[in-house]
Amino acid sequence: MPMTNPGKFDSKGAWDGFRGEIWKEEINVRDFIQKNYTPYDGDESFLAGPTENTKRLWTCVQDLQKEERARGGVLECETEVVSGLTSYGPGYISEELKDLETVVGLQTDKPLKRAFMPYGGIKMAVKAAETYGYEINPELKKIFTTYVTTHNDAVFGAYTPEMRLARKTHVVTGLPDTYGRGRIVGDYRRVALYGIDRLIEAKKVAHYRAGCGNMYDEVIRMREEISQQLKALNEMKEMAKIYGYDISKPARNAREAVQWLYFGYLAAVKTQNGAAMSVGRISTFLDIYINRDIEKGILTEAEAQELIDHMTMKFRMVKFARIPEYNQLFSGDPTWVTLEVAGTSLDGRHMVTKTDYRFLHTLENMGPSPEPNLTVLYSPNLPEKFKKYAAQISIDTSSIQYENDEVMKPEWGDDYSICCCVSATKTGKEIQLFGARANLAKTLLYAFNGGFDEKHRIQCGPAMQRITSEYADYDEVIEKFDWWMDWLADIYVNVLNLIHYMHDKYYYEAAEMALINNDCERSFATGIAGFSHVVDSLSAIKYAKVKIIRDEEGITKDFEIEGDFPRYGNDDPRADEIATWLLRTFFDKIRRRHTYRDSKPSTSILTITSNVVYGEATGATPDGRKAYTSFAPGASPSYGAEANGLLASLNSVAKIPYHWALDGISNTQTISPDALGHEKEERKQNLVQILDGYFEQDAHHLNVNVFDTEKLIDAMEHPEKEEYQNFTIRVSGYAVKFISLTRKQQMDVIARTCHKKL
Amino acid sequence: MTGRVHSIESFGLVDGPGVRCVVFLKGCCLRCRYCHNPDTWAMDGGEEWEAETLFQKIYRFKPYWRNNGGITVSGGEALLQMDFVIELFEIAKRHGVHTALDTSGAPFRNSTEYLEKFQKLMSVTDLFILDIKEMNRERHMALTGQDNQNILELARYLSDHGKAMWIRHVLVPGITDSEEDLQALAGFLNTLKTVEKREILPYHTLGIYKWENLGLEYSLKEILSPTPQEVQRAEKIISATSE
Repeated sequence: MPMTNPGKFDSKGAWDGFRGEIWKEEINVRDFIQKNYTPYDGDESFLAGPTENTKRLWTCVQDLQKEERARGGVLECETEVVSGLTSYGPGYISEELKDLETVVGLQTDKPLKRAFMPYGGIKMAVKAAETYGYEINPELKKIFTTYVTTHNDAVFGAYTPEMRLARKTHVVTGLPDTYGRGRIVGDYRRVALYGIDRLIEAKKVAHYRAGCGNMYDEVIRMREEISQQLKALNEMKEMAKIYGYDISKPARNAREAVQWLYFGYLAAVKTQNGAAMSVGRISTFLDIYINRDIEKGILTEAEAQELIDHMTMKFRMVKFARIPEYNQLFSGDPTWVTLEVAGTSLDGRHMVTKTDYRFLHTLENMGPSPEPNLTVLYSPNLPEKFKKYAAQISIDTSSIQYENDEVMKPEWGDDYSICCCVSATKTGKEIQLFGARANLAKTLLYAFNGGFDEKHRIQCGPAMQRITSEYADYDEVIEKFDWWMDWLADIYVNVLNLIHYMHDKYYYEAAEMALINNDCERSFATGIAGFSHVVDSLSAIKYAKVKIIRDEEGITKDFEIEGDFPRYGNDDPRADEIATWLLRTFFDKIRRRHTYRDSKPSTSILTITSNVVYGEATGATPDGRKAYTSFAPGASPSYGAEANGLLASLNSVAKIPYHWALDGISNTQTISPDALGHEKEERKQNLVQILDGYFEQDAHHLNVNVFDTEKLIDAMEHPEKEEYQNFTIRVSGYAVKFISLTRKQQMDVIARTCHKKL
Repeated sequence: MTGRVHSIESFGLVDGPGVRCVVFLKGCCLRCRYCHNPDTWAMDGGEEWEAETLFQKIYRFKPYWRNNGGITVSGGEALLQMDFVIELFEIAKRHGVHTALDTSGAPFRNSTEYLEKFQKLMSVTDLFILDIKEMNRERHMALTGQDNQNILELARYLSDHGKAMWIRHVLVPGITDSEEDLQALAGFLNTLKTVEKREILPYHTLGIYKWENLGLEYSLKEILSPTPQEVQRAEKIISATSE
């Protein structure tokens, strides 16, 4: 967005030494990055360990986390104050150590204390507090029940009976109708580069120019939204002032850049409790400031690392009050503070900077952590030294994921952020409307049972003809399944249209949208759950004989498979063709439909941890999966399907065209360190080779787990966890799945890994 | 022609250099008491594959090999299906793929007829991975049910023809770990010219359940895996060169 008057904004020296002109005349962070970043080809030897201050602060945070776990997962819940940008005075990790914090700002007045955020839904906010023994002030309850319409109220008021039914049976599931939709990534870098005043000026121009005089619905909505954004920008300045900072002007050095950017992000997590609250692609941007300060001689490497460590510490502390049902859906209290490193630019340069190393290094300085969700935007063309360092971090911590920049860049350019776990979004130029998942495995059962829900014993959707034959006939199943997918796409897209309309109206993301262009694009994200089970089911029906076992009401209870059939996950074209067919067919049905606010439909094959809950709501499927057991996660092959090992499995997933599932295709694999090689250098090299080989085939995403002894023990105690289903161990030239061993054998492996004899 | 395949592992990292696709063939002529794959003994069963089709399946893993990976054929005993291996490796070499053969050497015969075919195999095999179970003839017989003279002959033959090999020895405490036999192994290896690697494979018990599944009696139930120290000791002994 340009300025009101021609010319350049006076940065008062904050931009000294920065190159380029375009970004000075308009809000354009991408241009700033491309003109100023320094690619780094060296290795990790320049990195600094944690400072004493970092160690002290991190010890303090760890103690708090311990206490949090001891109290059942929540340290404290707010009951008296509605969360907003200026609801609280300053908050620090610890009152005594507050001078040690180089990056300040908490969601509430105390560390890990969970804010009261009722706008998504008052019932959920109250229930979340009650779960942990806190009682929300009755006056607040009354206000948000009687006087304020929440997002949740509005959505349920507008749902049709059929939508409620589909929601109840979990054929559409995980919908953001009781909590914030999240996934909207503000361009938090703008706060640092321009300062709030310049951003206000640009939004004022946008407000002035919104519409052409006629007050159509869209124009009125746009004007109202921009006025909310302006309010949020002004409040951000107030919020920073509470901590003693004036963020109205551009950041003048690295320390301010980190702090200003973090304040932008903090504004988002003080006002929205979205499922995923990504911070985005900030690493290359911050590197420019750090580089300038180091060259000037006003910042040392140890100080630079401390800034990144302290910022990361803050990202690790983001918390929301959640209800137990939510935690079942997304186990482990995740917030998806997703943060990207590496990638490549449109002109072909790689975008690895020293700060990318610094962010990965936080996992060494402060130990492994699920948050922030560190994502390497991978390309086989990244510098070998960086690839090896990332591989080493994976091997040591299992804490990072990889996404293929080579398939994302053509779709999203070179300044995209990952807005949840794996989905890309153009930073500051696009928002994603999060749409959870449709349960295709259950939909397949509806094809058999004419829409009678096998678990809830109710008719969901119109009562269609059931399949009555003893053995499943492929053509008949496909025909009926196709009809039911149409039905599903229809109800699913409409549910989402309604949810996003209400979310914009009653829980608008003013703070994030204030840092996004007003002419932003919108993507309408949908998702598929139960993918591998549908693929294997159809393959079983096609290539083997599937006998249908029915209960006394004639509803499918189980399936008996006679003969062998190809399964997804073995690089077998017969099964893998069904996989791509399924994706194309379902997405074709999605994209035919009207989507809210001219958004562009997309779909995903990713389930995060919700595959367990979706599976529990779904009866037995024709691939041999037992009733009410977990689905395989995301696009991963089903448990036990992989007969040819890791690379065959990767090849199957790599065949799914990303272009058809732009919201992401997630794949999780667990490799034991021994399976990767005997010594450190060899392991790094081998992991890099796996990543190169997988991503050269245009695959989208890979979660890499490399486990050590502690995890082996955990796997033995909790073999039901999905991450252990493919846990392979290699002993003397022979590989076995760890959980398929008897307990005694597992003890044996553990004992030998510990270098002790049983 | 077709071969009988027990299983295919796309991600093998120890059976040859780099990332390897390992094909386990059916059938074995030894009956090693510690065998961890007794389900590969029988010649029948498994899946029948055309060499060309199998190669095309394996070749799909090329993106992961870079410049050091390739195919390893193992077993069972791969030499029992030598014609099939020759055809598979011929195709592989036409595509510039590195080939390794993991064998016990037991079917090797020093006859003109056999050697004619074996030379063909050597011409398309980049690396032989040879398991030497025991140097002592009687103890070899007791452990595997077969003589070891032809196995040692094979090693010499490969050495004489300049063929690269890795030598492996499975270390079973109390059975294949005597100082005398390990020293004998080292002495023998020192007479060979083309040994690139000498490896100790620690015995493990992970295959026992397969014996039980097959209704077979496992005779080494009481024996534990060697400790890392025991492995290191054995490695040291077999690595001792004559100098």
